[in-house]
Amino acid sequence: MTDQTVLEVYRYLPDEETESRFQSYEIAYQDDWVVLDALNYVKAEVDSTLSFRWSCRMGVCGSCGMMVNGEPKLTCETFVKDYDTETIKIEPLAHFPVIRDLVINMDDFMEKLPTVSPWLIPDEERPVEDGESLQTPAQVAHYKRFSMCINCMLCYSACPVYGLDSSFTGPAVLALAERYNLDSRDGGKKERAGVVTSHEGIWECTYVGECTEVCPKGVDPAGAIQMLKLSYSLDWAKSLVMPKGGGSA
Amino acid sequence: MSSKPDRTAPLLWLLFSGGGTASAMLLPAMVVVTGVAVPAGWVAEDDLLSLIRNPLTRLVLVGLVFLFLFHWAHRFRYALVDLGLGRLGNQAWLFYGTALAGTIVAAVAALRL
Amino acid sequence: MTKELMRPLPRTWWLRKQNYLVFMIRELTSLAVLAYAVLLIGIMLVASDEASFSGLFDFLDSTTGVVIHVGLFVFAMFHTITWIALTPKVLVLWRGDEQIESDVIAGANSILFLVVSGGLLWVVLG
Repeated sequence: MTDQTVLEVYRYLPDEETESRFQSYEIAYQDDWVVLDALNYVKAEVDSTLSFRWSCRMGVCGSCGMMVNGEPKLTCETFVKDYDTETIKIEPLAHFPVIRDLVINMDDFMEKLPTVSPWLIPDEERPVEDGESLQTPAQVAHYKRFSMCINCMLCYSACPVYGLDSSFTGPAVLALAERYNLDSRDGGKKERAGVVTSHEGIWECTYVGECTEVCPKGVDPAGAIQMLKLSYSLDWAKSLVMPKGGGSA
Repeated sequence: MSSKPDRTAPLLWLLFSGGGTASAMLLPAMVVVTGVAVPAGWVAEDDLLSLIRNPLTRLVLVGLVFLFLFHWAHRFRYALVDLGLGRLGNQAWLFYGTALAGTIVAAVAALRL
Repeated sequence: MTKELMRPLPRTWWLRKQNYLVFMIRELTSLAVLAYAVLLIGIMLVASDEASFSGLFDFLDSTTGVVIHVGLFVFAMFHTITWIALTPKVLVLWRGDEQIESDVIAGANSILFLVVSGGLLWVVLG
């Protein structure tokens, strides 16, 4: 089955224009088309100058995030038929600088990502001969949901705190810090404290909670940040009582 | 990007949380006391006065004022930042200072009862 | 190097969406908490002599006093409901291998709220 709709697409061609504008494309779409299919149709058949990012088409790579009718979405899993509005407005992810059309500059996010040491920092080095570091299902369950992040940055586009001040470390990166803090094989909580508990870290978050709402992988960054606040605050309180023994737990 | 822990933030966040919990649990009932029970005459003036003058009540009230004020200071200051009024919201001392001053006034008033 | 476009967030961002608006009202309930703290300070200041305490009673009995309290009650309940709804996010508890469900934690806090409220009214009115 096919139907008609109008895509209202944000355009910015930096070599030719100084301002952005919207361009409308009236298209016939199939029932099973996602927004990304519609954009690919436009690029192939109507206007080859349109630029956007995509790769896997199956909600794994995190490249095709855009604002669809004002909401951050992975366009590869957002169906055209679900929009009964007269037009579907497609814009680049909010809060990031626009390089061209729907392509944003993600340097800020990429620079922040490694600052929380998002890898296992064992308490002590284990020789290879010791084999795997085993975990029980319960130990995995503690951090599993925070490990599902695909770095699509939808949460940054949903976060007004980041939108107002991009020095904020932001939802996905902080959730990843908590993912490693909660891992039974990890001992890096103290090492991560520097960036995580700095002024630009967890304390900037006012729990708007929209990051969790828009996350396509159910990561719950807002919850992760609350857990970090409690956990580091309790460490701080413990360090008052036990100046030497307190701290990382 | 900063990598220095904010040393005062954990204390201020714990006070915000403590005040948030205390007010979430108690404020509606307290509003019912002064807003319904008093105008409706369910509580006699003398009884309420002697309750307030009770040393334990005074201690609790000063504690609540302390927590309520620090809850307000923290939450309202960040709300201003979120409203795009960061220049005012980031004057942290203004808000926490007000909370501290209010607590001192409450403590002095309680001691003079 | 071509120029990148910045799109600053307008100050009215919180009017764009219901979730954002609920968030902003939630944060501004702190003004009700402030107002009640001020009232508590006032109560302790006038409790030093009977005459001024009577004046306070007259104020609480006035239309202004009641109207203010209606507003305070709405904000206070908004704060209580939203605060309890967020408690499972901070209190992440595990019973063995299973995380305790958020409804259980929020439910326990709701019951605590009712018990504490009842207790307070019993102490003051009983």
